[in-house]
Amino acid sequence: MTQRPPMPHRAVSPMSHRMAPPMSHRAAPPVSRRTMLRGSLLGAAAFGVPAILAGCSNPAEQAAPGGTASAGGGTVTLGSNASDEVPKKSLETVVKSFTQAQVKINTVDHNTFQENINRYLRGTPDDAFTWFAGYRMQFFAEQGLAVDISDVWQEIGGDYTPAFKAASTGADGKQYFVPFTYYPWAVFYRKSLWREKGYEIPKTLDEFTALSREMKADGLIPIAFADKDGWPAMGTFDIVNMRTNGYDFHISLMAGKESWTDPRVKQVFETWRGLMEHHQTGANGRTWQEAAQSLQQKKTGMYLLGMFVAQQFPEDERDDLDFFAFPEINPQFGQDSVEAPIDGYMISAKAKNVEGAKQLLKHFAAASSQNIATGLDPGTLAASSKADTSGYSSLQKRGAELVSQAAHISQFLDRDTRPDFASTVMIPAFQRFIGEPDDIDALLKDIEAQKVNIFR
Amino acid sequence: MTALRDSPEVTARRTRRARRYSTRDVVVLVIGLGIAVLVDLAVVWGPTLASVALSGTDWNGISELRWIGGDNYRDLTTEYPPFWTAVRNNVLWLGFLGLVATPFGLLCAVLLDRRLRMSRFYQSALYMPVVLSLAVVGFIAQLVYSQDYGVLNAVTGMNTDWLGDPSINIWVVMVAAAWRHVGYVMIIYLAGLKAVDPALKEAAAIDGASERQAFFRVVFPVLRPINVIVLVITVIEALRAFDIVYAINKGRNGLELLSVLVTENIVGEASRIGFGSAIAVVLLVISLGFIVTYLTQVFKEGR
Repeated sequence: MTQRPPMPHRAVSPMSHRMAPPMSHRAAPPVSRRTMLRGSLLGAAAFGVPAILAGCSNPAEQAAPGGTASAGGGTVTLGSNASDEVPKKSLETVVKSFTQAQVKINTVDHNTFQENINRYLRGTPDDAFTWFAGYRMQFFAEQGLAVDISDVWQEIGGDYTPAFKAASTGADGKQYFVPFTYYPWAVFYRKSLWREKGYEIPKTLDEFTALSREMKADGLIPIAFADKDGWPAMGTFDIVNMRTNGYDFHISLMAGKESWTDPRVKQVFETWRGLMEHHQTGANGRTWQEAAQSLQQKKTGMYLLGMFVAQQFPEDERDDLDFFAFPEINPQFGQDSVEAPIDGYMISAKAKNVEGAKQLLKHFAAASSQNIATGLDPGTLAASSKADTSGYSSLQKRGAELVSQAAHISQFLDRDTRPDFASTVMIPAFQRFIGEPDDIDALLKDIEAQKVNIFR
Repeated sequence: MTALRDSPEVTARRTRRARRYSTRDVVVLVIGLGIAVLVDLAVVWGPTLASVALSGTDWNGISELRWIGGDNYRDLTTEYPPFWTAVRNNVLWLGFLGLVATPFGLLCAVLLDRRLRMSRFYQSALYMPVVLSLAVVGFIAQLVYSQDYGVLNAVTGMNTDWLGDPSINIWVVMVAAAWRHVGYVMIIYLAGLKAVDPALKEAAAIDGASERQAFFRVVFPVLRPINVIVLVITVIEALRAFDIVYAINKGRNGLELLSVLVTENIVGEASRIGFGSAIAVVLLVISLGFIVTYLTQVFKEGR
């Protein structure tokens, strides 16, 4: 899974962006060759785990965590999943301006990184590593695999909004994560097409449905939709759930505390089913890239996706791309939540140079560092509220505005719940729903039964 | 023993045996056999038994091992919808390769064996897909079957969601897998047919057998060793099928296979190693069924 991130630029092959099965987005921890080997050998030999991933690691830059030693100063190793060109260059540039210690970046293909995160963190991880905010961070913090960096937050806390701090805080109330960049999900459309047809931005579900009918009458497919890779439909579920039942219910549902057979969940699927007739059919056989291209070709009218949708637009058409927040469903919650996955950095529990790693994390928290990244990588936004937004593209500005107006920021289903639940239960469940939207009761019963097993 | 000591026959036998295994022989035997046994235990039986043991736990790779008995198996069979789909798909796969692709490969081999014009060309064309990995076949299948961009819809003017519709995608994927399997089977049979003594066919013809009778009554039985090999290959291919569906959609939404479910559950962050091991054990049991049947046959023949 994954969804994520964004990096906009790079043409990402469908596979690479998100192939990771489970979720995740792009990140995979940096795994040095040594770690990979050790990890996979252990895994494979001892536990019969397929070693197929072993061959994938690509210790791009220098490999070893080794050499470190002294506190502060010395060398800090950084595990990175930024294997694509743009994010990679962006990270290198940011790290170059860090002077307190030498930094060794170990880059690993992002899907490999994610899939091996367990073995990586238990093996010989780098001092600091890229990861995701929210439940996904908490999951590893709870297992004792990350270092508490509350002291770093005492210094950098003023640079972040409370929503970002909450997303960096573990279940025990301590911070484990430094947000670096993020990107919002919204409904994207082409300004030129909308101007030509005279469409207005819908504010409520009824207006949204009416607009869809109008588009259909104009010969367009109203809503582009794809779920071949399993994760994009999660975005639709998340937003419909938050609009219907609010952020708190969503988070508690993700944490396994609510029942999936609850009428409130059923309501979400009912609403979604109502919208399904306006969605592009055959979503289970289509990648998000193909759906995004249909938007670019003006065959579809709008598309709910992350800001990385811009990757599928030629450079000179990106200014024609705009978006709006998903319309209100329940007036009690209005449009108070937005989905905006945050990427950032953590320190592994086995770090050799914790002091140096903390310095590096502070460097990542600096507005100046984040500005370098958002300048090089226009599919992302700076997490720090001190960041200078004057260099943003118009899309970035609108994205920042959308998120700053939201009272709640969610991280995406596969980052807000247990990874095994998201990949082995929810992906098949959503694909089944897309295939036969009328079978909601049986579907929810199945999900609930599996949830109970996984969250026990 | 003692009572027998005086029997000359026994003494002789014992002496002979002692003579046959000198100390050096024994050392060589122990080392030679010992290493093989150790390697076998370490890389085959060790992981196998470990998987069986892990299938009774809810281990996730990090947590403490906790024994939960047969819970994984119960959850698997009662509450995990992809499981039965995967079992069905594996059976379909086996049936399709065994009943459609393999006979078709045999047919191709028989036709090519008759030295048609351009038989070299047909032979290479049919064999070509075999050099492709199934993952590559998966990518090719996507180019053919994609709803929006696929060759098939473009040529026929249809708008079928070949890969996204769970009621048909397994069939079209099996066709793609069979495309490769046919060539493989064909080449093996072709080699076998070339080795059949032409005198047998001539003799059959002289005795008045029709061509069909000559094939089914004479040639096919002579191919028995080849048939066994092809059967084993077909079963193996069906049980290990993985890469093609994984390349297409990661083996979801109608393309579930047991091998995919094992990977899906075990590999990845927060892996459900216990649960995935339980699926692996199911796959192991099915494989054992075929392996035992096959070995029993082989041993019976050997005797």
